[in-house]
Amino acid sequence: MTADTLEALADVEAATVEIHDVHKWYGTHRVLNGIDLTVRPGEVTVILGPSGSGKSTLLRVINHLEKPEIGYVSINGELIGVKRQGDRRETGVPPAEGWGRLKELSERAILTQRARIGFVFQNFNLFPHLTVLDNVAAAPVATGKLGKPEALELARELLDRVGLADKTGAYPRQLSGGQQQRVAIARALALRPGVILFDEPTSALDPELVGEVLAVIKDLATSGTTLVIVTHEIGFAREIADRVVFIDGGKIVEQGPPSEVLDKPRHERTRDFLSKVL
Amino acid sequence: MSEPPGATVTLPEAPTADERQQALTAQRVLPLRRPGRWIATAAVLVLAAQFVHGLVSNPFYQWDRFGYWFLRPNILDGLLITLEVTAYSAVLGLLGGILLALARLSKSPVLRAVSWTYVWALRSIPLIVVLIFLYNFSALYKTLSIGVPFGPAFFTFDESRLATDMAVAVVGLSLNEAAYAAEVVRGGILSVDQGQHEAAAALGLPKGYQFRRIVFPQALRSIVPNYVNQLIGLIKGTSLVFYVSLLDLFGSAQTMGSTYPGDIVPLLLVVTVWYLVLTSVVSVIQFYVERYYARGATRSLPPTPLQKLRTGLTDLRARIRREAAV
Repeated sequence: MTADTLEALADVEAATVEIHDVHKWYGTHRVLNGIDLTVRPGEVTVILGPSGSGKSTLLRVINHLEKPEIGYVSINGELIGVKRQGDRRETGVPPAEGWGRLKELSERAILTQRARIGFVFQNFNLFPHLTVLDNVAAAPVATGKLGKPEALELARELLDRVGLADKTGAYPRQLSGGQQQRVAIARALALRPGVILFDEPTSALDPELVGEVLAVIKDLATSGTTLVIVTHEIGFAREIADRVVFIDGGKIVEQGPPSEVLDKPRHERTRDFLSKVL
Repeated sequence: MSEPPGATVTLPEAPTADERQQALTAQRVLPLRRPGRWIATAAVLVLAAQFVHGLVSNPFYQWDRFGYWFLRPNILDGLLITLEVTAYSAVLGLLGGILLALARLSKSPVLRAVSWTYVWALRSIPLIVVLIFLYNFSALYKTLSIGVPFGPAFFTFDESRLATDMAVAVVGLSLNEAAYAAEVVRGGILSVDQGQHEAAAALGLPKGYQFRRIVFPQALRSIVPNYVNQLIGLIKGTSLVFYVSLLDLFGSAQTMGSTYPGDIVPLLLVVTVWYLVLTSVVSVIQFYVERYYARGATRSLPPTPLQKLRTGLTDLRARIRREAAV
């Protein structure tokens, strides 16, 4: 561990995420019906909602794994997956005739943007043919952010941070679910993202393995990274969330600090949901 | 327990229920006898012995002539041609197959349709027909040129000089091979979990990297066994190049056979043994290639034959020691 990589780890700047009137539908099935949400830098936002409410889709819209039909997401003011017509160099300065329509970005540009957004999947989705160390080091090398030796060093440091320093040479399938998910978190961290999105990170785990993964997420939450977490762990949400957002039917029903949304919900649907999961 | 397992335990007094239980647990379980299996084994051994005896004792096979022909330069030259044609066609066929598979999986309906049509056509036309078509290709198209489509040409080749027997054979086999390889590769790519594509996309890995380093290596796990199957078919398929006047292993034997009609059977045996050798070599390589691509797919890799032999011997030694101790 050199001072350089330490510095590199430290200088991650927490991002602002803005979701502007996002609609998403598949055929006639409307999944998101106009979501507006702003996540401030360093804020930990937990998204709750019944299954099929659109919470996972919303998360996947943020890093453009799903394209919204209407609306857009911006991170630190930069539009994700689209640009405004007329904004040729993506300067954000409006042309003389005013903004045109939103245009899809090239695939390459979208991939570059995604490299700044961490994503942790419910099913880990580690690369089974690569060792744990290579799983973590792959993205910084492939995207040209770091040379191979630096990436490996960063990967070792990150694996140490998630408590898996002794598993660097193992293959993902030789690990428990909890260990795999911690590797997946280290892999997301390797790109030093300004925001990390968690899609039900503990839903595929045996109950006794949930704690170790939540501990790692909690460590991230206190370190000041912007986190958006879809989860069913209400207790965990109460403990770490700055804000809880309750979604139903593709709309935000209510949002606020956990002490309000979880303890004194104002809406019938929120109360109904909480009574079922608590 | 001081008594050996299985020995009758004599006790001065009638054993209590508890003691009876103990005596039972200390006994080795006798495996079930399976007489049917022994009879079948014996029958198969007798048949195999008869077959081998026939091979050795029947003068019809002329094993002395087999020995004479096996390493003749004509035969070895033919073998070399077979190897050359197989190697070129295997590589070109696989490359073509990858391109066709990617086209088939692309979002463009035109690419998909062209790829589908190619596979459909080449799988329908017998290889021998493709080869003879190509053999007469220079009569159909006198020159080949590179230039603007339907416009002026920059380079022009004389077809009859380009189309050597070797080129015709390799092109024909590759065209055919690519059609089958395309399906093998496509199946392999489809077998990779959708989550892998998503994870690669979410990490922002460049498109080419996603395919080369993430998707394709995982696809190879199912591509390798299927493609080796293809390859073995290809090795034997090369025997058809004889009909476009290329003297491969089979072709050389066939030519020698017409010169020495009495030696046809030993010559066929020579060809058979050489094809067996080639297939065996490919199978051994397949084992190690599959083992390489199984990294990470299973918790532990399957043992190599050498490792199996070693553990087998260790087990045997341990068993003998155990038996001796009893």
